[in-house]
Amino acid sequence: MKKYVDQGKKDTRSGFGAGMTELGRTNPRVVALCADLVASLKIQTFIDEHPERFFQVGIAEANMMGIGAGLTIGGYIPFTSTFANFSTGRVYDQIRQSIAYSGKNVKICASHAGVTLGEDGATHQILEDLGLMKMLPGMTVINPCDFNQTKAATIAIAEHHGPVYLRFGRPVVANFTPVDQQFEIGKAVLLSEGTDVTIVATGHLVWQSLLAAENLESQGISAEVINIHTIKPLDEEALLKSVKKTGCVVTAEEHNFLGGLGESVARTLTTRHPAPQAFVATRDTFGESGTPEQLMNKYGLNNKAIEEAVLDVLKKKA
Amino acid sequence: MQAKECPYFWHQQTIEKMPQLQELQDLAQQVRRDIVRMVHNVNSGHPGGSLGCTEFFVALFNEILELKPGFDMDGLNEDMFFLSNGHISPVYYSILARKGYFPVEELNTFRLINSRLQGHPATHEGLPGIRIASGSLGQGMSVAIGASLAKKLNKDPHLIFSLHGDGELQEGQNWEAIMYAAGNKVDNLIATVDRNGQQIDGATETVLPMGDIGAKFKSFGWDVMGIEDGNDLEQVIQGLREAKSRTGKGKPVCIIMKTVMGHGVDFMMHTHAWHGKAPNDEQLEVALAQNPETLGDY
Repeated sequence: MKKYVDQGKKDTRSGFGAGMTELGRTNPRVVALCADLVASLKIQTFIDEHPERFFQVGIAEANMMGIGAGLTIGGYIPFTSTFANFSTGRVYDQIRQSIAYSGKNVKICASHAGVTLGEDGATHQILEDLGLMKMLPGMTVINPCDFNQTKAATIAIAEHHGPVYLRFGRPVVANFTPVDQQFEIGKAVLLSEGTDVTIVATGHLVWQSLLAAENLESQGISAEVINIHTIKPLDEEALLKSVKKTGCVVTAEEHNFLGGLGESVARTLTTRHPAPQAFVATRDTFGESGTPEQLMNKYGLNNKAIEEAVLDVLKKKA
Repeated sequence: MQAKECPYFWHQQTIEKMPQLQELQDLAQQVRRDIVRMVHNVNSGHPGGSLGCTEFFVALFNEILELKPGFDMDGLNEDMFFLSNGHISPVYYSILARKGYFPVEELNTFRLINSRLQGHPATHEGLPGIRIASGSLGQGMSVAIGASLAKKLNKDPHLIFSLHGDGELQEGQNWEAIMYAAGNKVDNLIATVDRNGQQIDGATETVLPMGDIGAKFKSFGWDVMGIEDGNDLEQVIQGLREAKSRTGKGKPVCIIMKTVMGHGVDFMMHTHAWHGKAPNDEQLEVALAQNPETLGDY
């Protein structure tokens, strides 16, 4: 299988910050909003370089979403920024009416998604956001896997007209995708070819899938690894092409198995090419305090869990 | 209204002669007919607040807003209006049609399937004049602030106007927005509160006492003024002109506008009963008889 090298661990939120820095310099229509979490979102450089294009709204996320919608009326491209929990569930109706239903070009940028937020615990660890956001008509949902890809995605969504939910995280993780890659919304990335099973992963679970595939290879199992950075619209053709070859699929995401990537994949396969599927995801539960690594282990969100899921789904393939 | 209000009501010095007043009153009367006919036609919708705000819409769209011909979403180099309490869509649709944003005949499609005139205003079918969906309450002020900030970034000196129900201010997002607008000197925004004292379940002071709304805005740092009788066309015009003169001075401007829900149709007045209820055939006849046709029914 194709090998990937960790270019040095970094957090995906810093990829967002780097993307914002570049957008600040290249696109004068881009404006940023933040709800009292500037340091966490890594957008200080953008603010220093373009103070007139930054709006600090305070701890008032509902107002932030509305102001974002209003800023589009006049031609601006607002990027709202706060934690994923406060970017979605807390302000769902504001997003639904003022942004999604109104077709506003707002980029909802959400850090600290999932259990890898760590010690703050379940109040802050949203595991339902992908489901919430993908259910909104017209909403594009993106969950990049590392620093480089998050930076590329941040830059790419400014060129896309329409509401976008961009999800990233807090912990430092392997940075292995190409620097200055072109990010194509809705286009899956085939990371490694294989013939026995397809592993479809998003976000932090993509690197874990590569680790799992490497270990499976040593056991004689050939896994194909696909990075689905865009949950919606889902690249169904890439998925079907792979599953038609391998005959089974494992989905992996740092999200509840209800409503996430796994269910989108299941719907696609059920309607177009039924095949056995196993889910690596949280099981209808809240998170808790702990280190990111402890939590990923406890909630079955690592390479070991992916390997087990592969062995399980291969039995059903028959 | 039982709540004691602080003395922020503004009193005009002299009323200039308005030769066009009769014309505007004729339009207001026709808008009233449109409202009750639209709501009666589909046996649903919100006549009470619509009738109460008729003078406001007539004044705003005829005497106050500086508008370009045609309609585009960005609204550069023109004033913009945002309706936060979207349920009074009948009066909004009527004035937009009567101002030529779309054919008046289209009022006949209000709330019907495949119509651009949704029960609450929406943008997705591209109805000219509408820039944001509203209906779920409490979101319009934030949007209006965003549009005001965009005007400033674009160095466009035109103004943003918004309208809010008084009961709607029970939604917490408003107070986030009210705090933001004052704290950030959004002084190209004029937010009007329709103080009719009624909401679906009864009087605002019974359902959730709101006290002196103007004093609340003032304490948040807004420039607050009042219109004593929001159903007196001249007062509304003078009040809105006064509000305009107060913009650009470092503070957002709030108008507390007292209106009577259901104004112009006697049996709908002074009660919350007609907030969201359509008249039957007989009631429609009574309402129309009280508002004879002036500019031609749609």
